[in-house]
Amino acid sequence: MFELIRANKRRSVLLIAAFVGIAVVIGAVAGWLAGFGWIGVVLGLVISGAVAFASYWKADKIALAVSRARLADPDEYRRLHNLVEGLCIAGGLPKPAVYVVDDPAPNAFATGRNPKHAAIAVTTGLLEKLNRVELEGVIAHELSHIRNYDILVSTLAVTLVGSIAITTDIAIRMMWWNGGRERRDGDHDNGTNPLAYLGFALLILAPIIAKAMQATISRRRETLADVSACQLTRYPPGLISALEKLRDDKTVTHSASTATAHLWIEQPMSGVGDEGRLGSIHKLFDTHPPLDERISLLREL
Amino acid sequence: MTVALIVIAVVVVLLIVYLIAVYNGLIRRRNQIENAWSQIDVQLKRRLDLIPNLVETVKGYAAHERETLDAVIKARNSAIAAPDTPQAQGQADAALTASLRQVFALSEAYPDLKANQNFLALQEELTATEGRVAYARQFYNDSVLDYNNKIQAFPGNVVAGRMKFEAREYFEADEAARTVPTVEF
Repeated sequence: MFELIRANKRRSVLLIAAFVGIAVVIGAVAGWLAGFGWIGVVLGLVISGAVAFASYWKADKIALAVSRARLADPDEYRRLHNLVEGLCIAGGLPKPAVYVVDDPAPNAFATGRNPKHAAIAVTTGLLEKLNRVELEGVIAHELSHIRNYDILVSTLAVTLVGSIAITTDIAIRMMWWNGGRERRDGDHDNGTNPLAYLGFALLILAPIIAKAMQATISRRRETLADVSACQLTRYPPGLISALEKLRDDKTVTHSASTATAHLWIEQPMSGVGDEGRLGSIHKLFDTHPPLDERISLLREL
Repeated sequence: MTVALIVIAVVVVLLIVYLIAVYNGLIRRRNQIENAWSQIDVQLKRRLDLIPNLVETVKGYAAHERETLDAVIKARNSAIAAPDTPQAQGQADAALTASLRQVFALSEAYPDLKANQNFLALQEELTATEGRVAYARQFYNDSVLDYNNKIQAFPGNVVAGRMKFEAREYFEADEAARTVPTVEF
């Protein structure tokens, strides 16, 4: 477990370093192409540094806000609070903030930067469709993410990947504004937009970057969290039947966005209604192993 | 000559730093066990505090089920009086669990009671607390396992032997407590 925590902390540092590095390279290339030189590097460094800093401190709030999570009232959601408290005792963890997402699809996620600053969110659909032991299994799964510091890596990824996606989007659009067409009246001396080259480069690089990110937030952590969840509850059938219910339920989690998709216990159907160029990029973010695989692995415990 | 001295000094300092780290690790684990043990007490007490409420609520609906209610009160009193050893507390706790099961079974015969919000809340609270007691014990045992491993394996054993770190005992449920009550929801 301690190796896992160390690995996750190392990955977080790598993630931030890679992010800043990419931003600096983009800034440098943009500066060179558009002729404002080193300012591009400084700009890349400052902006990415600010984003990374903000990500560490605020990404959990962003993830919760994006998912429209609200604090779970301790009286209204007594059972949920009770289950979280019990499992926290079992794991020797401080109790995280408990959130509820109004969504009929059963799903859940955990976020935060360390066990002291963590939050766990479940959908109202999950509360309705699962019974006590199943709910306990799902919460144990989420608490395992907190305990293993998976939340740090994956929450950072929400904002860092998100901002790369936005940058790519901007670059691609810039390309169409003035990309390589003939000059018209009112143009500057140069008839082409030099940033178009950058747009092209990003168009090619973005999926590769996404792949790299996927490597850091590996699919293995879901399986690992499943196993450690059973170590907490000492009752694998609970999580197994919960995962079976999640598998058989076809409701789409509308509260999940592509940026937060990898946070949830079950892959929300990302890419649904999400067509075109970016749709195929988003497919690369398949961060969850198939539920059947996870279920059969738990059966072997 | 001086080089050799410096090398030796560095090695010695590193060794001391390392031993301090090992020692602190053992202290941290031992404290975790203490914390885990008191957590069990906290949850057991919480459970005892909930019972008078439950008895009062049930009385309103099933006053003539005196026997069942008296059994709960008796079990609670003996749990309070039980000496502070894992063995005695475990037994008292198991008896209490059994008598509570009787009370919850009562609700089947009294639909009004079963629909009472207060009763349902208490039932949830007691079920949750029972779970918490079990989890607290599990955490205690996990902590003991971790600690015992550390003081028996190298390099912990070197420090533990000299600093009087002794292996702790696990909490073991007796047969009555081992059978988990099945509660329908």
